[in-house]
Amino acid sequence: MSETAYTSDEMMTIAAARMVRNGAACFVGVGLPSAATNLARLTHAPDAVLIYESGTIGTRPKVLPLSIGDDELADTADVLVSLVEIFTYWLQGERIDLGFLGAAQIDKFANINSTVIGDYRSPSTRLPGAGGAPAIAASCGEILITLRHNKRAMVQKLDFRTSGGHMEGGDSRAKMRFPGKGPIAVITDLGIMTPDPVTKELTLTSIHPGVAVEKVIENTGWPLKVAPELKTTPPPTETELAVLRDLQERTAKAHAGG
Amino acid sequence: MALEGFTHLAPCAAGHEIIRQGRRDLTLIRMTPDIVYDQMIGMGCAKKVVFSWGGNPGVGSLHRFREAVEKGWPNPLEIDEHEHAGMATRYAAGASHLPFGMLRGYLGTDLAQFNTETVKFVDCPFTGERLAAVSAIRPDVAVIHAQKADRKGNVMMWGLLGAQKEVVLASKRAIVTVEEIVDDLHAPMNAAIIPSWVIAAVCEVKRGAFPSYAHGYYGRNNAYYKYWDGVSRDRETFLAWMDKHVMRSKDFSEFLQSLEAEGLHV
Repeated sequence: MSETAYTSDEMMTIAAARMVRNGAACFVGVGLPSAATNLARLTHAPDAVLIYESGTIGTRPKVLPLSIGDDELADTADVLVSLVEIFTYWLQGERIDLGFLGAAQIDKFANINSTVIGDYRSPSTRLPGAGGAPAIAASCGEILITLRHNKRAMVQKLDFRTSGGHMEGGDSRAKMRFPGKGPIAVITDLGIMTPDPVTKELTLTSIHPGVAVEKVIENTGWPLKVAPELKTTPPPTETELAVLRDLQERTAKAHAGG
Repeated sequence: MALEGFTHLAPCAAGHEIIRQGRRDLTLIRMTPDIVYDQMIGMGCAKKVVFSWGGNPGVGSLHRFREAVEKGWPNPLEIDEHEHAGMATRYAAGASHLPFGMLRGYLGTDLAQFNTETVKFVDCPFTGERLAAVSAIRPDVAVIHAQKADRKGNVMMWGLLGAQKEVVLASKRAIVTVEEIVDDLHAPMNAAIIPSWVIAAVCEVKRGAFPSYAHGYYGRNNAYYKYWDGVSRDRETFLAWMDKHVMRSKDFSEFLQSLEAEGLHV
């Protein structure tokens, strides 16, 4: 196979997209998760049902939305419902197979911070906050998380836990009786981490082509465990790259206005 | 007060008028503060913000909101912060005239420990399951934007409806701005109608949700949301911009003209 040049962000989005099962009802966060789920829908998962928290169910946007409630999402949805309905009947009602979230920070048990850096009462950086994420993290059958891999994002200790992953590890999430199973993978621009079946600690199980294991370890804020049989993520196919680039080009054009 | 509209139909024109009237010490309730509250906070209208997601969607921070929280400028800002599911439930409880709403929420999040006034946990009397209880929101005033009203003041909206119906029915008074007032709504059966007798006032403000959108009238101006990042980042730039475009405009249509005069596509 011929080598095709691609960026680490493209590899991340493509690796994340591959995790979306065809036919899954998928609750989508804006940004990286939205790019990945739409790429999945446009490639191997045409029957994935995309749901955004604004109340769009079964949406098929031609361009990626900038916000969670763009007109494009409403125009291309099977049905629109109110906020009370999306959060109570659909999300709390456990109708959603997969939740796909981004994050500012995660810890080794895939708990998420998107609220503050520093002290909650006098933060050094105030981030946007929770939105729908805590409910998505709690109630969807499974959770995928995607974010860029660096020490500021992968931290030993979160300043604030916005959304629960595997809590303190082991059976701590199960004991709290969350409806959903929690994070099954974290996909970054360097590799893929999955929770250990017993301890629930994130373990590097796949590394993207051309990335050194040392680089992943250096960019992680806790001593990262590496799976003994570490895999290499298959590089993007020509189709995956072409569809993603086409989608992003259309999106850039649409968001530039005019 | 609550100016609602989840991404769609944000009542931005109403926000400008509140700023121009120099209102102060307001408790501003809104799930997603967005540009409308960023402007009100930066102009000193707010004492407290009740919210669940305070960013510029897809762009980054709301800089005026951030500076108020981080540095107390232009004045210290109290916050009552929730998750979306909790806020939606609080509005529904308000509309139902219940003291609180209930959900299987605030699980695994630190939010509840900082919101002990408005989030508590109760045991289900039937199963014993521990559930979150959130206090009802009953604003003095709700403001929403909608597509159409008829001459009697019945309001019709369509597209993403957010929590507007709940917030109108939860509030003591509701003000609705609309794209147009028509003789007949030609409403299909089951249309989203808010009857005139639960509304205090209807005002026609064309493009009153800009840079948000009104489905069927104009689209979301995503380029403007990106542009706002630059305007709002620095407090002096923000104040100069507000003075030029909002304070010196007598109404929303003059505001839009002042943007067009600078070559901005509105």
